[in-house]
Amino acid sequence: MIRTPAIVRSGILLLALLSTLPARAPAAETPVRGGELEFIVPASGFPSMDAHREETYAVIHPLRPFYSLLIKVDPKNPSDPTAFVGDVAESWSKSSDGLTYTFKLRKGVKFHDGTPLTSRDVKASFDKIIFPPAGVVSDRKAMFFMVKAVDAPDPSTVVFRLRFATEAFMPALANPYNWIYEADILARDIHWYETHVMGSGPFKFKEYVAGSHVSGVRNPDYFMPGLPYLDGFRAIFIKQEAPQLAAIRGGRAMVNFRAFPPKAVEELKTAMGDKLAVQESAWNCGLYLAPNHKVKPFDDPRVRRALSLALDRWEGSKALSKVAIVKTVGGLVFPGSPLAAPQAELQTIAGFGTDIQAARTEARRLLREAGVPDGFSFKLHNRAVEQPYKAVGIWVIDQWRQIGLNVEHWVEPTAPFFATLRNGNFQVTMDFNCQAVVNPVLDISKFLSNDRSASNYAQYQDRVVDGLYDEIVHETDQGKLKTRLRQFEKRVLDEQAHYLMTLWWNRIVPYNARLHGWKISPSHYLNQDLANVWLSPE
Amino acid sequence: MRRYLVKRFLLMFPTLLGVAVFVFVLIRLLPGDVVQLRMAGEGGFVSEEAMQQERERLGLDRPIWRQFADWMSGLARLDLGVSMWTGRPVTYEIGIRFQLSLQIAIMATIIAIALALPLGTIAALYQDRWPDYAVRVFSIAGLAMPSFWLGILILLGFLIAFHWTPPMVYVPFWVDPWRNLSQLVWPALATGYRYSAVATRMTRSAVLEVLREDYIRTARAKGIRRKLILTRHALKNAMLPVVTVIGLEFAFLIGGLVVTEQVFNLNGLGKLFVDAVTQYDYTLVQGLVLLVAFVFILSNFAVDLLYAWLDPRIRYR
Amino acid sequence: MAIRALEVEEAAVTPGHVGRGVAAVLRFARRKPLGAAGATVVILMMLTAVLAPVVAPYDPLETHYDAMFAPPGAQHWLGTDSFGRDVLSRLIFGSRTALLVGFGASVIGATAGLIIGTASGYFGGRTDMVVQRILDVFLSFPLIVLALAVVAILGTGTLKVILAILVPMIPRAARVCRSSALAIRETPYVDAARTCGYGHVRIILRHMVPNVIPPYLIVLTAFLGQAILLEASLSYLGLGVQEPTPAWGLMLQGGAAEYAESAPWIPVFPGLAISLAVFAFNLFGDSLRDVLDPKLRTL
Repeated sequence: MIRTPAIVRSGILLLALLSTLPARAPAAETPVRGGELEFIVPASGFPSMDAHREETYAVIHPLRPFYSLLIKVDPKNPSDPTAFVGDVAESWSKSSDGLTYTFKLRKGVKFHDGTPLTSRDVKASFDKIIFPPAGVVSDRKAMFFMVKAVDAPDPSTVVFRLRFATEAFMPALANPYNWIYEADILARDIHWYETHVMGSGPFKFKEYVAGSHVSGVRNPDYFMPGLPYLDGFRAIFIKQEAPQLAAIRGGRAMVNFRAFPPKAVEELKTAMGDKLAVQESAWNCGLYLAPNHKVKPFDDPRVRRALSLALDRWEGSKALSKVAIVKTVGGLVFPGSPLAAPQAELQTIAGFGTDIQAARTEARRLLREAGVPDGFSFKLHNRAVEQPYKAVGIWVIDQWRQIGLNVEHWVEPTAPFFATLRNGNFQVTMDFNCQAVVNPVLDISKFLSNDRSASNYAQYQDRVVDGLYDEIVHETDQGKLKTRLRQFEKRVLDEQAHYLMTLWWNRIVPYNARLHGWKISPSHYLNQDLANVWLSPE
Repeated sequence: MRRYLVKRFLLMFPTLLGVAVFVFVLIRLLPGDVVQLRMAGEGGFVSEEAMQQERERLGLDRPIWRQFADWMSGLARLDLGVSMWTGRPVTYEIGIRFQLSLQIAIMATIIAIALALPLGTIAALYQDRWPDYAVRVFSIAGLAMPSFWLGILILLGFLIAFHWTPPMVYVPFWVDPWRNLSQLVWPALATGYRYSAVATRMTRSAVLEVLREDYIRTARAKGIRRKLILTRHALKNAMLPVVTVIGLEFAFLIGGLVVTEQVFNLNGLGKLFVDAVTQYDYTLVQGLVLLVAFVFILSNFAVDLLYAWLDPRIRYR
Repeated sequence: MAIRALEVEEAAVTPGHVGRGVAAVLRFARRKPLGAAGATVVILMMLTAVLAPVVAPYDPLETHYDAMFAPPGAQHWLGTDSFGRDVLSRLIFGSRTALLVGFGASVIGATAGLIIGTASGYFGGRTDMVVQRILDVFLSFPLIVLALAVVAILGTGTLKVILAILVPMIPRAARVCRSSALAIRETPYVDAARTCGYGHVRIILRHMVPNVIPPYLIVLTAFLGQAILLEASLSYLGLGVQEPTPAWGLMLQGGAAEYAESAPWIPVFPGLAISLAVFAFNLFGDSLRDVLDPKLRTL
């Protein structure tokens, strides 16, 4: 492999970072009122309608427009992981010790049945999320472990009291699943929202046909003046890719807000020409390899490091980004975040260097030292989903072949895949970490010891990692936070190679060029309330 | 005759019971857990106690015989329970999709008959000559192509040639007949073409057999015209096996069109079944299987009735 | 069903009579050119499958990242897929999976059905009724539904797919063989054999099974095509044979939607392969039925 000169490497990183910006700078056009947006939800349906208990995007895309959050990502700049604006909150302040956050609510916000929205409703909703009563499931309870209590001193003020100061709180609050429900309804029947809709969002609920579609109409009393632009929307459930592409090409739907693989996007571009617009962004999802620390020889850190050294991530990114929804090379922190490792530091981690020959020689040496024979065979456990799991899995196996390992691909459909992850009956497995809001501090909690992290499938316990994490959670100084994060990354990815990073996902969303006002963000859960979206006339 | 029919009718119940027991056991053999899948399926961090709570709420922690007894007593009241995935009644989930599946089944059957009867008769009349070969190649081609491949080709064909796709959302026929048909006629054609293959061969061999019978030769000797022979004698007797096949195949169109529904994005029972199985939604799978089995058994019985009416010899078995 | 026992024996190819066998084959080819064409394709397929490592130009698992999505050309006759794997080689090796699944599922399924159906028809009475009810229970599931359930329980992979496909085939084969067996039971042969004191097993094997062979063969050839299609459907749903085993259904799953226009060689050739194989099996089976007994209409 040729040594890539520094300037070329910087150029590649620059391009990668630039690709996180929207592909077309939006022109200063005037929004047009009217029209019904038809879009695709790439799923067969959702389990319940209560976002507090669900985690699938199939709940967000069709139902989010009916609800409001307390704060949300800025719809004008959703790619910036630190920019939040108030939804029902008008302004907020933080106490100097960082333990108290006070939110002032907007006046005149109403639910769709006319009831005014006050701090009582906000408190009731967050109590349900953070302190769920018995029999109620809250999928994001663990995210709010820093919150001591939620108070509503007067109808337009909400106060969050924390146990300790941390950078992880605000992003957790902006999570798009934290819908504001009506306190009176929750008091009457806390399970009501699982099968009904009553929110304060830009659209009112019109119809839901299970397995088919959800439709909504404009909320004329929405608290943001002039919004929403659309008369209404219809979210159509289409699970398979072939009918999705056909629907967009045939004009039956404008967009699929999740993503399409690169080849599908190319095909749409060829077919629709300038009737199609495309936005691209780095995706807050990482694809990892988890060696099972309880199975020989993966209990030896030398073997794990060797597995990581063998992967040529830089070249792999170029090849795979043409066929799969992955692209960016990065560490454990989302590459678009200011807390992410700059390239120079990234390349000091094992496996992220640019001299792949040296890396592979070192890998072979480590394997010999650990007593692993040439031609050693094991199985890579993976999920039976093409994008990006199988695609990257095939590449990984090919890379390991080049250090003399003979790896078989063991693929399971989603449900048995998770069952195997949980019962640990594998040697090395593919794993992922997808989070709705970019929250670098919280997002790395996956890699804690397995008695602290329920999603650590590599079966290890490392108190050094735990210690570093506890410091990170309490750290409020940006400079020191970055240093600690680098230490954390080095420990997990390099010294101990507990988890092996492959690539970060890449999000490409093609859509009918008549659609305006929607900006792509690092996660397919964000910026989906459709308030700012408008359609230009045909 | 009546005793025969009553016997057939009574036999429906033990079969249904057998299906109920079988599916109950079968689905519980699936190595998975609806609660795990739903709450932590996309990588969320949920505690074990929260999941245990959910299991209790769904009744999954009760002993097996207790779960079975509950389900059976529900069945007696025609209550199929509540879906473990969505929490809505099973009858609601099935009801929404039943309309669409039924309509496609009827349309596909009509298309199959419309293709099979004339084609099969032609093939029989010109046995071993080129029209026979043409018909057989045509009908076997329908059997040979993977249905999803055919569906994708149809969708693509429309896109490339007319820049048009069928509507993606189902509306019932009486609400907007034009839109309804423009969505459903294509999957009905693809399916009907496939099912016509078996019926065509059946018609062909049935007509062939009848044409050889003595009474046909007698009729011909008497000088009766060919067309009359065909319609009055041959076709009527050829109907028997054809009716059997169509009756049985119809039952499979309800809930069996798994892949076609995926390709054309139809919100039907086949799609519901795949989702229910992959989500370990016990109650929904049980309800669906029971429905499909019931339709099948009912079709069987209807065919038996028709048989008894059409062919007096069978009544005295 | 009329008794055509003698005629059936004459038409069937009895083992050990090579000269008569060859003559029968030639007669078949002349009378039924369509069936002969089908049989030729089937034989070609089987040869390709057996000689796959010799015939295929590349290793089907080998990736060529420098030649992804290559159109058909000199280097790769049928082009390459998204990982630069040669489509032709994958098709050739895929025929192995297709034939393995096809023959495995249909032979085992049809034979199991033959035994159950014949025994049930022979014993008659209560036994027959009970077996019938059990068969009815299985028959009331559409093919793919039962296959899905088996896959969900046992998991995916070639072996489990074979199992998943043969399970729903057993009751269908049993039903067909049972009606033939019932008819044979009525004949004087069986009664005579009983009075001579022959045991059940001997009667079943010697007298009933040979006469049930014609419908059995027909069911078998029908199942062959259906098994291949079912495997393709299961793979399309992601529940069949898994990567990296080259299989035609799997090749359709990975490429059908996106590449239909930009790289049509990826979905078109596997689809053609499947259609051709099933077509050939059906043509052959069709003609076989015509020869053995045109009155057979139990399918």
